[in-house]
Order: sequence, then C-alpha cells, then structure tokens
Amino acid sequence: MGFPLLSPSYCCGSQPSPPIFHGLLRFKPVTSLRKPSSQKRQLCQSGRASKILAYYGLTTPPYELDALEPYMSQRTLELHWGKHHRDYVDSLNKQLAKNPLYGHTMEELIKVTYNNGNPLPEFNNAAQVWNHDFFWESMQPGGGKLPQGGLLQQIEKDFDSFSNFRDKFVESAMTLFGSGWVWLVLRTEEKRLSVVRTSNAMCPLIWGDIPIIGLDMWEHAYYLDYKEENVRAIC
Amino acid sequence: MALRAIAGKKTLALGLVFSPCAAAGASAPGMGLGLRQARGLVTFSLPDLPYDYGALEPAISGEIMKLHHQKHHQTYITNYNKALEQLEEAMAKGDSSKVVHLQSAIKFNGGGHINHSIFWQNLKPVNEGGGEPPHSTLGWAIDTDFGSLEALVQKMNAEGAALQGSGWVWLALDKELKKLKVETTANQDPLVTKGANLVPLLGIDVWEHAYYLQYKNVRPDYLKNIWKVMNWKYAGEVYDKEIA
Repeated sequence: MGFPLLSPSYCCGSQPSPPIFHGLLRFKPVTSLRKPSSQKRQLCQSGRASKILAYYGLTTPPYELDALEPYMSQRTLELHWGKHHRDYVDSLNKQLAKNPLYGHTMEELIKVTYNNGNPLPEFNNAAQVWNHDFFWESMQPGGGKLPQGGLLQQIEKDFDSFSNFRDKFVESAMTLFGSGWVWLVLRTEEKRLSVVRTSNAMCPLIWGDIPIIGLDMWEHAYYLDYKEENVRAIC
Repeated sequence: MALRAIAGKKTLALGLVFSPCAAAGASAPGMGLGLRQARGLVTFSLPDLPYDYGALEPAISGEIMKLHHQKHHQTYITNYNKALEQLEEAMAKGDSSKVVHLQSAIKFNGGGHINHSIFWQNLKPVNEGGGEPPHSTLGWAIDTDFGSLEALVQKMNAEGAALQGSGWVWLALDKELKKLKVETTANQDPLVTKGANLVPLLGIDVWEHAYYLQYKNVRPDYLKNIWKVMNWKYAGEVYDKEIA
C-alpha cells in the first residue's frame, strides 16, 4: 500500500494482533444448524420456539481490572466495563433478537446499522460495543512508553514528532464538546496518520479509516477518578 | 426570552456598572445571570445557588451539587467569557473566519451557562417546597397537554433516559401556540435552538457529571429521584408570565 507496516506497540499499548482485527463475535447457536463456513452467514429462521440464534459476547479486557492503577482505578474499570460496556452488549443482543441482522462481524454490523447516515436503533449499541472493545485494547498495564518501529516512524513522519502528536491528541480531547471519542487513525485514502474526534458512538470505521488507538471521552470514563479534571485524565 | 424569567432571590442583576470589581449589585432586576461590565464588554460570573449544596439530599448529593456548580458551571462561564473576548477582537478586526469559528465555543459555553443558571432555579430543597406538584394554571395546562402530571413525568424520564451521550430534557412552553411540550437538546444547546418560541420551564441535566458520582450509570434512578426536589413554583411563575 506504500506506507510502512505499522507495529501496534504503543504507549497506551495494544495487543500483538493488529488493533483492527478485534473479532469479538461469539456465535452460540441454540438450535441445530449446520456449521457455518464463514462468519458472514445467514442464520436459519427456525420455526421452533427458541428464536435467538446468535449473540455477541462481552469481551474481557486483556488485563486484570486493577492493572491500570493508579491512572485508571479498578472501580472505574468495574463500572465502565462491567456496567456500561456490558449494558451495550446486552441491549444490542436484545435488539437483535427482534431484528434479522444476523451473521455479521461487529465491524460489518456497525456499517450496516449506520445505514449511510440514517442510523438504525442498533447502531448506537453496536458501535459502542466495538469502541469499548477497542478502548481496552488501546491500553496496557505499565504502558506509557513510546511506540516502536514502524508506528513511531509513521508518527514522526505525519506529525513531525511524537510530542507534537501527543499535544495534538490531548488538545483534541480537551476541546471535545459533549460525549465522544478521540482516535489516532490511519486514513486509508491519504495513507497517513491523523487525530480525529467523533461524537457519541461514532467510529472511524464508518468512513473506512483504520483506528490505531481510541480514547473514551464520555464523562463516565474518567469521572470517578478525576471528576471534572479531564486534563489530568487524558495526560 | 427565557433570560428575563430568571429572577431568584440571590441571583445577580444586570448592573450597568463599569467597575471591574462590581459584582452587579442592586439596580434593575431582570437578567440575573451575573453580569459585570468592564471595558464595554459584558462578562459573566457564577450566580449563587439559592440553597446549600447539601440541601437537595438525598435526591442529589452535596458532592455533586458542589462540583457541578463550582467546577462545571464555572468552567462554562470562564470559557464563555474568553470566547466573547475573542469574538470582540475578531469583530473589531473584521476577521470573519475567526468570528464564525468562535460560534461553536459560544454556543457550547454560553449554552452551558444559560442552561445551568436555569437548572439551579429548577431545584428546591424539600423543606422549601421542592417536589410539591404544580397548581392552578400550569397544573391545568399539564393535564390538558399530557393527560396528567404522572404522564408528563414519565415522558420526560423516558426521553431523558433515551438521550444518547450528553444533553438536556426540557418541559417547554411554546409561547406562540400556548402549548406545553417535552423537548431534548444535545450537549449544551439551549432550548431555543429547538424553536425560537420555546421557553424553558424545567430542564433536567442528563450529562453524566450531573449524576454519576451518586447514581453511576443508572440514569433512570437519577431521573426518578430528581422530581422530589423539583421547583414547580418557579416553573409556574415563568409559565404565568409568558401566558399573561
């Protein structure tokens, strides 16, 4: 594609697997169906009593809930993951029980329910599930180190320096009005990195960019630990 | 406009005093949004709460009230003043792109100031009448337009709970049509952004900072409880003034 391969090891951290491929879909057929050949399948509309044929699961952060202390408390993780994130998953599954939007990966589901700017009711839940999955992956215990290799090179290329990028990211988070997210994305068209901001549940996947890190700037993400001092939370 | 209706006991009046230190004392009643004037530019200051921080417990904790008032509302005012100063400069220089660029900061921070100034008036300690249902004119209007007070409360709670992200849920008076309606606004958009004829009677802040420390993610519980400290008397006064 003409740009350096990005190594996803970054200060706020991510798993060795590329951040985009958070295949967090868990299918659990409860009636007897033939085994799917690929993830993108249509599930049979069974005539039997139990109609729920698949559900999305709540993925667990790749660390213990107290592992991000002192920057993010266990209490916050318990609530943020255990209540908010879980609520989005449960609500989504409830909605999908009544709606034939089966067989999608989470990324596909977000695009389908975004519906080209006229979002379906499922969009908010689907997008927030994905956003939060990504958020947990964007952090790691003992993080805070600089990114390495290809990612660092690309950051230096597109932002002049890592600290420039960091300033831009922090500034973007600080000037966000209302609820939303701040992202480091790879713009697929321009083939460069960029800091973008989205409102509420919006996700850069929608317009085809590739998120590298995501930061939840909804108040619930930092309020217990930092109250209104979101500057401290971001830094 | 709604601003005229804000006339609490301890609110600050529009004082056309040119001393920068003047906390807008006596003079003409009316605006009540804590105005001062210096160098010709109007600046705003934090209005006092007409009750103690802990006076709305257990519906809303003193910790939340203190943070909400002293930090959040104050920040909106500080940034509103800053934006207005920058706007004045930009206008003087004829810098149109800066003028337009500043609009979102003005709407957000100015809206935050307006909305919260109304909000403090909308709440009242129980021992001062908080939670007492509306009487006469407003009470009848609610029955006419919603069927009953319970139906109105249910509607506002449902819309407040369903609001994605941050925003407000309002009981509004359409002063042209002389009808009540429930509206929501996003972020800090004031009610008037939903219709120039809409006057806010009651507003409920559903930003997470308004309830998170006490109710965590259970916004519906916050909405259920806030009615216990609702200042219907204030809403009735605003209504009567507009309808008259």
